[in-house]
Amino acid sequence: MKVTFTVNGQRVSADEVWEGESLLYILRERLGLYGSKNACEQGECGSCSVYVDGTLVCACLVLGGQAQGRDIVTVEGIADGHALHPVQQAFVEAGAVQCGFCTPGLIVAAHDLLRHTPEPTTVEIREALAGNICRCTGYAKILDAVHLAAERMAST
Amino acid sequence: MGRDGAQPAPLRTHRMDVVRYWGEAVALVAADHPEHARRAAQAVRVEYEVLKPLSDPEEALSDDAPRLHPDGNITRRIKIRRGDQDPHADVVVKGEYEVGMQDQAPLGPESGLAIPDGEGGVDLYIATQWLHVDRDQLAECLGLPPEKVRLTMAGIGGAFGAREDLSMQAHACMLALRCGRPVKMAYSRSESFVGHVHRHPARMRYEHGATRDGKLMYVRARILLDGGAYASSSTAVISNACCFAVGPYECANAAIDGWVVYTNNPPCGAMRGFGSVQNCYAHEAQMDKLAEALGMDPVDVRIRNALETGSSLITGQVIDGPVPVAELLRRVKAMPQPAAAASAHLDLTQMPGGVSNTTHGEAVRRGVGYAVGFKNVGYSEGFNDYSTARVKLSVAGGRPRVEVHTAGAEVGQGLVTVQAQIAGTELGVHDVAVLNADTQVGSSGSSSASRQTYITGGAVKAACEAVRERVLALAVSELSGLGRADSDADESGWRLEHDAIVAADGSTVITLATLLGEEVIEETREFRPRRTARLDAETGQANAHMQFAFAAHRAVVDVDTELGLVKVVELATAQDVGKAINPQAVEGQLEGGAAQGLGLAVMEEIQVKDGVIRNPSFTDYLLPTTLDMPPVRMDILELGDPNAPYGLKGVGEPPTISSGPAIVSAIRSASGRPVNRVPVRPHDLLGV
Amino acid sequence: MKAAHPDALPIAGGTDVMVEINFDRSRPDSVIDLASVAELDDWGPEDGYLRIGAGVTYTRIISELGDRLPGLAMASRTVGSPQIRNRGTVGGNLGSASPAGDAHPPLLASKAVVELASSAGIRRIPARDFYVGPKKNAMRKDELIAAFLIEPSNGPQQFSKVGTRNAMVIAVCSFALTLDAKRKRVGTGIGSAAPTPVTAGEAEAFMQGVLDEGGLWEKRGEIDPSALVRFGDLVAAAARPIDDVRGTAAYRRHALAVLARRTFAWAWDEYRRKSVA
Repeated sequence: MKVTFTVNGQRVSADEVWEGESLLYILRERLGLYGSKNACEQGECGSCSVYVDGTLVCACLVLGGQAQGRDIVTVEGIADGHALHPVQQAFVEAGAVQCGFCTPGLIVAAHDLLRHTPEPTTVEIREALAGNICRCTGYAKILDAVHLAAERMAST
Repeated sequence: MGRDGAQPAPLRTHRMDVVRYWGEAVALVAADHPEHARRAAQAVRVEYEVLKPLSDPEEALSDDAPRLHPDGNITRRIKIRRGDQDPHADVVVKGEYEVGMQDQAPLGPESGLAIPDGEGGVDLYIATQWLHVDRDQLAECLGLPPEKVRLTMAGIGGAFGAREDLSMQAHACMLALRCGRPVKMAYSRSESFVGHVHRHPARMRYEHGATRDGKLMYVRARILLDGGAYASSSTAVISNACCFAVGPYECANAAIDGWVVYTNNPPCGAMRGFGSVQNCYAHEAQMDKLAEALGMDPVDVRIRNALETGSSLITGQVIDGPVPVAELLRRVKAMPQPAAAASAHLDLTQMPGGVSNTTHGEAVRRGVGYAVGFKNVGYSEGFNDYSTARVKLSVAGGRPRVEVHTAGAEVGQGLVTVQAQIAGTELGVHDVAVLNADTQVGSSGSSSASRQTYITGGAVKAACEAVRERVLALAVSELSGLGRADSDADESGWRLEHDAIVAADGSTVITLATLLGEEVIEETREFRPRRTARLDAETGQANAHMQFAFAAHRAVVDVDTELGLVKVVELATAQDVGKAINPQAVEGQLEGGAAQGLGLAVMEEIQVKDGVIRNPSFTDYLLPTTLDMPPVRMDILELGDPNAPYGLKGVGEPPTISSGPAIVSAIRSASGRPVNRVPVRPHDLLGV
Repeated sequence: MKAAHPDALPIAGGTDVMVEINFDRSRPDSVIDLASVAELDDWGPEDGYLRIGAGVTYTRIISELGDRLPGLAMASRTVGSPQIRNRGTVGGNLGSASPAGDAHPPLLASKAVVELASSAGIRRIPARDFYVGPKKNAMRKDELIAAFLIEPSNGPQQFSKVGTRNAMVIAVCSFALTLDAKRKRVGTGIGSAAPTPVTAGEAEAFMQGVLDEGGLWEKRGEIDPSALVRFGDLVAAAARPIDDVRGTAAYRRHALAVLARRTFAWAWDEYRRKSVA
């Protein structure tokens, strides 16, 4: 089947999509958007977090056909061209990245949190990111990064 | 979405004699879509004669057990005998402890891309911990000379030991060479759970004897590790488990007996902490028991017996360099403790059971526990430990540029940054590029045993020193040719800084761009740490290790004593890192390592029944989330090891060793239950 | 559409169905995408009930209905992660009918009704009759879950779930409680401790008796701790748990008794405090 949708502002189509394919598979294997990661395929790790019509979801749990006509934003669409988004910059500076596999999903999830809650408490950050597993950092530097991004976004 | 009629090509009959564990590869299928591959794999017919699995490691030791390998079921037996074998003690404590099977669960599943070169060779892009050992094993598997198998490091999603052994490497290469097309292979999460080795489950029986004033008189221990169906690094893991069986304590008399055995369970091998994690649960529980039996403070009894510089280990090795065991314990004890949960405002995230709303404070008891652990850094027992670095200095775009090339695997620990830092510091050049790791340069050894900053860092340092020597020699000859050397200050005080050669008084002698022009200076060096020796087969005595790293933890937990649920409120740690090359990355290792320790203590376990993994998914193999991992209070000491480059110590593993035992100690103190098994399950805390 | 394709698998948020597909556990012949059916996203009042479309997500139940359906909202908060709550629906929970589904216990406790639609019309089945076996429900092949109907709370509600992680965890066991102050009734729901979600009828009857006899609804009086213990024991007795990777049967029974006792104490405390205010 053919699936057509918007990703990061661009209209895209994927042909000969197998009906059982997830949005994540289409993004990675058919559109070459490797930012969203495949780590569990059951919504338990958050590594494939993307926006579908502005809502934060796990791309692995969206059936490809369900993306038809939708507006998708992936981690590749968070930055403004080559300039990192403040959330991304904060992750780099705070040391919130070790192996980096969870990072794209966390960037999107943290971005979503700060859209709704510009000045989150540590507890609010913990709750909002509870669906994003990180195996390397123990999360402390990730919490630091979100606070840092919030501060910077508030002051601009 | 029914199948559309695509039929898999007929498969060649493949004959294997024995399958030793659930998940062992028996056939390979490649297709142009994962769904085609799955359907084709389903069409593969395998005839098994199903035997009764040997799944109990204790049973594997017995003479009646079926022999799973030609040499029998004992992969390695370790005996350590030190001092008086029949010593007197005023107080004796005994215990039996069990550690479940932990998974490294790196977030990136095993994956790689194999591209046939059209001339019989293959290029493999792969996430691994050791490119060269993979290459050598692959060359042997594929029947190719090593130069026909080239490996390049691809993006890696964590490792923690899971990528020390081959997983899909040979399979991808076989398929690529057979098809003559590139083959990409990636495990699903459930395949990953069976596709790599795990942390060895352990059963440990301990007896400690001490004087009335708390001095350890002897330790007897029996340690049995379940190695699963294949050897992997079992022989080294059992060695560690036994060498460090007593913990970082002086103990003149010891008898340690260790076995690692083959079973039909999933194979076990390397995981962060490597043998020292399992025994730490046992020796630290024993120290708590001893303190209780003696009526002493648990930290005091540890300090009373702490190793010091010049102490002998139970293997007879005398430890040199800083050995701050007592100091680490004093520091974690002195750190302020977190306040009790505020009762005025109910915050479920701070409660045992978390947001699931299981308690509003009912039956919640707080507990505090301590643990200290240690292990070796780098390879041990005579294993050839070295790393290779190639460093090239040239001028590009009018500016000096350094390229560092090693095969050291960046697995998330920060090796690339460390290499750049070292080269930038040693050569005083701003523009440093660390080339992607591959097999076009000599081996760096594995990213394991907390060794890369030490060994590959040491190799980069050595190569930079060689480059620097040539730069300075070039400067002397060039400048003397210009008749300037005589008039300038003593050239022995020259150093490389800010892209230039700088004299002792800080003045620029010559910029590197001017000095080098078109010239390229390249040096390759190998770095080797001190040599080590194999344990004596009868006594276990040897200078088996080249460096030791220590950490202590304090855990504060709240336990819902009616439901058996645990909230780890805070972890505090003190660790000697020798010298923090990258302080932020060091903190990240201490926090992340502690999170893996917490996981094993309270939730992570691969549950195996009759050799079959029952929970190969992230739904049922639980990893700590943001709401499980507490803040980590850290005290990082930089005491400087005189034998190591920059005085540094390996950092990555100690945080995973004593964090979990401290948590379990705190759970014991809160619940009043013995808790001799990890991960601690709710029903273990209730006796239901 | 469902009548024409009786074997088609309906998918809404995909949080259950996609796992089945990704893990190669199921290969439906076709799927029907309910996420694009706008009618399923509505909710509104109907004859004293709230009729909530099967496509309303957990996130919306928390934010839009949390004050009227506190029990269901509490359960919704424990579902997976924000990403899952943004996609997952009560309709999906009902369709999968997993005994571990977090929405079931509050639906049972509040005596909710499931609305099924087919080309033949609609029919409504009480939640208490809806779960007929492990992952089996009373829906016919030609039907779809259109909505569920549930009364807005008129008394305290609670939900409590045991998991071995402090967030994003499937229930080892769970318990929901609804106090119907208008009718002076007690409602219960048990999750993950029997082949299907179940109620604890004897426990409900026992506690109603205690409250009635003591005139406690009117007096808003204290409850004897021994009654709470008895209530907990009866809830535990209503379960038929098994040993599995998430926990043992004995632990589940024990934990249910504790959860029932605690949640009733919290709910009754809230009921009594409301009178003072």
